[in-house]
Amino acid sequence: MSIGIEHYVVVSSILFVLGVLGIFLNRKNVIIILMAIELILLSVNINLVAFSSFLGDLTGQVFAMFVLTVAAGEAAVGLAILVIYFRDRGTIAVDDVSHMKG
Amino acid sequence: MDWMQSLRLAAPEELLSISGLVLLLASAWGQTAKDARAVNWLAVLVLAGAAAMVAPTLCQGIGGEAALAFGGLFSADAFAAFAKLLIFAAAGASLLVAPAFFERHGGYRAEFPVLVLFAVLGMCLMVSSTNLLTLYVGLELNSLAAYVLAAFLKADERSAEAGLKYFVLGALASGILLFGMSLTYGFTGTVSYAGIAAVTNAGLSKGALFGLTFMLAGLAFKISAVPFHMWTPDVYEGAPTPVTTFFASAPKVAALALTIRVTIEAFGGQTAAWQQIVGFAALASIVVGALGAIGQKNIKRLLAYSSINNVGFMLVGLAAASSEGVAAMLVYLAIYVPMTIGGFVAVLMLRDESGHQLEAISDLAGLSSTRPLIALGLGSVMFSMAGIPFFFGFWGKFVVFQAAVAAGLLPLALIAALGSVIGAFYYLKIVKVMYFDEPAGKATGHSDMVHDWLLAVSALFISPLGWLLTKGLGALAAIAAGVLFAAT
Repeated sequence: MSIGIEHYVVVSSILFVLGVLGIFLNRKNVIIILMAIELILLSVNINLVAFSSFLGDLTGQVFAMFVLTVAAGEAAVGLAILVIYFRDRGTIAVDDVSHMKG
Repeated sequence: MDWMQSLRLAAPEELLSISGLVLLLASAWGQTAKDARAVNWLAVLVLAGAAAMVAPTLCQGIGGEAALAFGGLFSADAFAAFAKLLIFAAAGASLLVAPAFFERHGGYRAEFPVLVLFAVLGMCLMVSSTNLLTLYVGLELNSLAAYVLAAFLKADERSAEAGLKYFVLGALASGILLFGMSLTYGFTGTVSYAGIAAVTNAGLSKGALFGLTFMLAGLAFKISAVPFHMWTPDVYEGAPTPVTTFFASAPKVAALALTIRVTIEAFGGQTAAWQQIVGFAALASIVVGALGAIGQKNIKRLLAYSSINNVGFMLVGLAAASSEGVAAMLVYLAIYVPMTIGGFVAVLMLRDESGHQLEAISDLAGLSSTRPLIALGLGSVMFSMAGIPFFFGFWGKFVVFQAAVAAGLLPLALIAALGSVIGAFYYLKIVKVMYFDEPAGKATGHSDMVHDWLLAVSALFISPLGWLLTKGLGALAAIAAGVLFAAT
């Protein structure tokens, strides 16, 4: 069986859904959410690179480079906010996050 | 495409990025409160300069090929110019009110204006994007700066929580948007709006439809349209009030302008594919925004729901998918920005004797006798948001409905008009609390001159006097929207 574009799209879709579920179903701590966000971005990268290869068009790979760079910046900002949050609350458990309601 | 020509077209963005970097360097050395204030004023000047550079583009109605820069990755057309002017005004107003607030909460730091400048740069890229790549870079530049701004008050628990929530949901939204972009790229073979339009005009493949839907979901997060609005009240309540002023105004303009660009420029040939989605989001935002606001006890949360409600009305204009609809949205945005800024500046002015911010709606009781001017300003904001004739807010709603009816969306306009009646209930409740309740006598602290002036200017703009501007504003919005439609 030859590997076609649909296989890549299915894999990346599965990873994307796992990432989204990781954000919503996770009740443990915020670090796992950060990992889930990375998973989402990487699933997009698989998509971009696979499409790029199948279309014979370089744009997708350039796009993937941009996504990687931004993902690094996003992780840095996210961890910095998490550190501030931990200093104030002394916990990073997801269940304790919401003090504001309504 | 001439390189110098590109540089000239992107001059406001270059001014913003260079001065942002220089001010960042300056703020690394200048750590005193006085330095921070100086950087703040310089940042306001930079914004004013950028606005002066952008204004001619709008007045001359530049668009199409003449506005494209960097090989078609960036478009400095009249539509972008309209949005940029609003963004600069909103960011400038937020910077003006920031120093006094932060000095009461443990000191102002020069990083704040620098971050705002970078966020504004990101927003400029968003509204000027003609390409998914420019869109993504601009959006992330804006978002990353915004996450930090939300968590800016390091010692305040609520600010950190707001930053964390904004970060997680914002990153999720970016991820969804990005997934949609990757599908769109894969099934159309291009990332430029013009290229996507050329492919989808011939017919929309299933994959591209998926891509479009994911992209709209991601954008709905950014403009806080229902059903992706849940972060808005928490972030608006938790973030420091000057930051909330900024969030509620500038990024809204940028994200809505971006949504217009994506739907009209890239998917303009497939209106039927997104009209229903936008129409649903519009009605849901109007209803949820109005109902959610009713039980609120915190004025910032109330204004958050009101912003969700307002986004709904603007999306009604987008659902019309016509040049008039987009022009109506732009008029609404131009009225919405001073309305929101006026509202949050009034909230900033509510302080007790020792200078603590008051945020509970019960603290507003009897404001008309203790602080009549704030009550008058906030009252005019509330009347305008409720769309009471002949406040200027009514004009915004009117043009949007007019465009929707002209596009044959009478039911949508009717339900939206009914929704605005529900909304009027809680807006008028605030007025009742301020004017007819027993004075709580809490808001007694004095306010700064900058706040007074900002509130006065925005209250005048949205008062019935604003009607003098309808003609000019309408003409500018028509030019901006016309440019967009001439291209497709």
